[in-house]
Amino acid sequence: MEINSREEGGYAILELIGEVDLSCSPEARKRILSCLSAGHNLLIDLSRVTYIDSSGVASLVEGYQTAKKQNLKFGLVGVSQAAMSVFRLARLDKVFPIYASVTERLSADE
Amino acid sequence: MKGKQLLKIHIFADPDRLCLARATVRRAAQLVGCDEDLVDKLVLAVNEACMNVIQHAYKGDATGEIILEIHNNEDSIVFRLEDHAEPVDLESVKPRDLDDLRPGGLGTHFIREIMDEYNMGHLEAGTGNYLEMIKKINK
Repeated sequence: MEINSREEGGYAILELIGEVDLSCSPEARKRILSCLSAGHNLLIDLSRVTYIDSSGVASLVEGYQTAKKQNLKFGLVGVSQAAMSVFRLARLDKVFPIYASVTERLSADE
Repeated sequence: MKGKQLLKIHIFADPDRLCLARATVRRAAQLVGCDEDLVDKLVLAVNEACMNVIQHAYKGDATGEIILEIHNNEDSIVFRLEDHAEPVDLESVKPRDLDDLRPGGLGTHFIREIMDEYNMGHLEAGTGNYLEMIKKINK
């Protein structure tokens, strides 16, 4: 897994790339929580995720709940089919705020 | 476990080795004619089962061994995992309520959703655990 990060439109944007499994989900979790503890609104781009397991999903759930507690904006963008099918199995596709793209989410703020 | 054995592999209970288990399951499921959607789900379920062994049986000891066997029958594919960890409390291995939104606890839910049947228990000598998962295949 690779993680790219940037800032745009008042959000930190983390892009997760490749397979998100137990070998790397602790790193994803750390990066997600670090953005939130720094007070950033957060978008996580999952468009290039080819596989995600329950440990990766757990990192996203923790991020979502932490953002909520801290009144920060949080969203998942460009969710790949591989990730979406796992969210559906966990019934999380109706829980996470999901947007087609970063642009769509930023437009919603205007 | 009945049926034709497709393979038996031994891997370390190391998160870095999960990709090997996934690749193996993917090729085996393709070989017996599963469609790609089912292949993806079987890969997820077996990965989750291996994760449970790593986290809850071996408790992070990456030198532990996981044995993965895959068999196929006329209408099903069977996955059997064995470990040599301390016997786990079988009552504690339960899927969580999905309405209780919290990180973790999804692995057993995935296995239950994806597989048609699963059974777990302790190995006879009391030196490990097994999990057998069966999925019917519609060809």
